Amino acid sequence: MADVVKTATRDAYGKALVELGAINDKVVVLDADLAAATKTGMFKKEFPDRFIDSGICESNMMGVAAGLATTGYVVFASSFAMFAAGRAFEQVRNSIGYPHLNVKIGATHAGISVGEDGASHQCCEDIGLMRTIPGMTIINPADAVEARAAVLAAAEYDGPVYMRFGRLAVPCVFDESYKFEWGKAPVLSEGKDVTICATGLMVNEAVEAKKLLAEEGIDAEIINVHTIKPLDSETILASAAKTGCVVTAEEHNIIGGLGSAVCEALCEGGSPVPVVRVGVNDMFGKSGPAVELLHIYGLDAANIAAKAKAAIALKK
Amino acid sequence: MDAVNRKQLKILACKARMGIVEGVYNAKSGHPGGSLSCVDIITYLYFNHMNVDPIDPKNENRDRFVLSKGHAAPALYAVLALKGYFPMEWIKTLRKSDSNLQGHPSIKYTPGVDMCTGSLGQGISAACGMALGAKLAGKDFRVYTILGDGEIQEGQVWEAAMYASAKGLDNLVAVVDNNNLQIDGTVAEVNSPYPIAEKFKAFGWNVIEIDAHSFDEIDAAFNAAREFKGKPTCIVAKSIKGKGVSYMEDKVNWHGVAPKQEEYEQAMQELNAALAELEA
Repeated sequence: MADVVKTATRDAYGKALVELGAINDKVVVLDADLAAATKTGMFKKEFPDRFIDSGICESNMMGVAAGLATTGYVVFASSFAMFAAGRAFEQVRNSIGYPHLNVKIGATHAGISVGEDGASHQCCEDIGLMRTIPGMTIINPADAVEARAAVLAAAEYDGPVYMRFGRLAVPCVFDESYKFEWGKAPVLSEGKDVTICATGLMVNEAVEAKKLLAEEGIDAEIINVHTIKPLDSETILASAAKTGCVVTAEEHNIIGGLGSAVCEALCEGGSPVPVVRVGVNDMFGKSGPAVELLHIYGLDAANIAAKAKAAIALKK
Repeated sequence: MDAVNRKQLKILACKARMGIVEGVYNAKSGHPGGSLSCVDIITYLYFNHMNVDPIDPKNENRDRFVLSKGHAAPALYAVLALKGYFPMEWIKTLRKSDSNLQGHPSIKYTPGVDMCTGSLGQGISAACGMALGAKLAGKDFRVYTILGDGEIQEGQVWEAAMYASAKGLDNLVAVVDNNNLQIDGTVAEVNSPYPIAEKFKAFGWNVIEIDAHSFDEIDAAFNAAREFKGKPTCIVAKSIKGKGVSYMEDKVNWHGVAPKQEEYEQAMQELNAALAELEA
C-alpha cells in the first residue's frame, strides 16, 4: 500500500479553481484569511485581480459573496467548514439560500480529520446545518478526482452549493476517467447482502470494508453519495430493496447528516430496512493525528464492516 | 435643488407615507415608525438620484438599493409602486399569503427589490458585494443602503464597515437612519451606538451628517458622496421615527404595530391635509 497516492480534497479544490479561472472570467474567489490552508491561494497566485481576501469576518464574506453574485459573478467563498457553515450559518441561510444566489461555498477542514487543532475546528455538524436550507446543494467528494469534477460541475450550476473538503491527504478511489453526475449517488460496487452508503473520505473506507466482508463471505454493495442534497433516493431505495439492510458512513455527526438523510429516504420510500449509522457518535472530537482520530472515532473500514454485520443481523 | 423639484419630492414622499399607513393598516402588522423615518431618503433616491428604470428592473448597469433595515419594507414598497415597478393596489396586499409584498424585502417576489433583507446587519454586506462587483467589472453603477441606528449594534455591520473602506468602495453609500429608537427603548438606553459619525470616520468612511427630512440636505449629501473618491460615504441622517403621522412621531411603541381603524383614519386625514397643502 506504500505506493498509494494520497491527495487532500482541498488541494484538488485549489487546483480546480485555477482551471476554472482560466476558462471562466466570471469566477471570483473569496477567502477569510485562510487562503494557504483552503488552497484558494493557488487561485490567488494565478488570478490576483479576481481573488479578494475578506479577512477574518466570515459573516461579512458570505454577504459580500451574495451581493457579488447578484452582479453576475460565479462566486466561490471559502473558509473552514466550522466557520463557513457554522459561524456564517445565518448569512448563508438568509443572504445566499433565501435569494438562491449563485454562490459556491468551498468549506475545507471538515470533520474530525482536521486532527491536532481539536474540537473547536472539527466541524461535524455542517452537513446537518446546510441540509436544512431550502435549495442548498451539498457535495462531499470522496477523493481528489471527484473533488475536481465536482468543483467544475458546481461552476456550471446556477444556485448555491456547499462543497465539503478535507484537510487530510486521502487515497484516490477514482481514476481520471471518472465522470461526475450531478445529483446522482452512483453504485460504486454491486453486492447483495448489505448496502453501504458512504460519503467523503468514508467511501475509500467502504471499499476497504467490502474486502474485509468478502473474506467472511459477505457481499456488500457500495453507493457513493457524493451529493447529499438533493439525495438520489431512487438509487438508495433500489439498493436497500435488494440487500435488505443499510450502513451509512460519514465523517460527520450521525445526527443530521448522511445517516439521517438515508433514514428519511428509506422510511418515506415505504420499505424501511434496518440501518446502522457509522459516524461521529454525537460527541465533540479532540486533538490528535488525523488518521489516529479516525480510528478512535470508528471512522474506518473495520468499523464499517462490523456495523455491516450488525445491520445484516437486524434483517428479519 | 430648485423649488419645483423640492415640492415634487415632498408630494411623492407624502404619497409614499400614505402607502406605508395603507399597507401596514391592511396587513394588521408591520413597522410604520421606521418606515416613516427613512421614506424621504428612499423617495429621493428613486425619484431624484439613482439610475434606475422600472421598465427594466434587472438592468445590469442600474444603481442598486439595499434596504438593510428590511423591516422598513412598507416604505420601499410604497416608493417602488409610485415609481411604477408594480401597481399601487399591491400595497393593500402587504404581508398576505398570496401577496408579492413579503413582510421583509425579497428579490424572489417583488420587482425592483435588489436584495433579500430583514435579518439585521446583512444588507450592508450584500451592498459591499454589489459595489465590489461594479469595481471588478469596471462599471460605474453605484450602491445605496439604509441601516437602522439600532441595526448598527449588529457586529456584522462593523465587519462590513471595515471591509468597505479597506477595499476602497467609494461607489457605496450607507445611510444610518438615526431615529434614536429601537424596540426596547432609545438606542442610547438599550446599547448606545453613539457617537455614530465618529465610529464610521474611525472605520475609514467619508461621513456626512444631515436632517433626514430635508430634501436640500439629502440632495447635497448624496451629490457630495457621488463626487467623493477613495472612501465609501456614510450619511448619518437624523430622523424622526413615525415622521408625518402626529401621534406616531418619536414614539417607541410605533416601531412594530399597525394602526387601528380610528388611528388609520386620523393618519390618512393628516396626510391628505398635508398633500392638499403641498398641491395647493
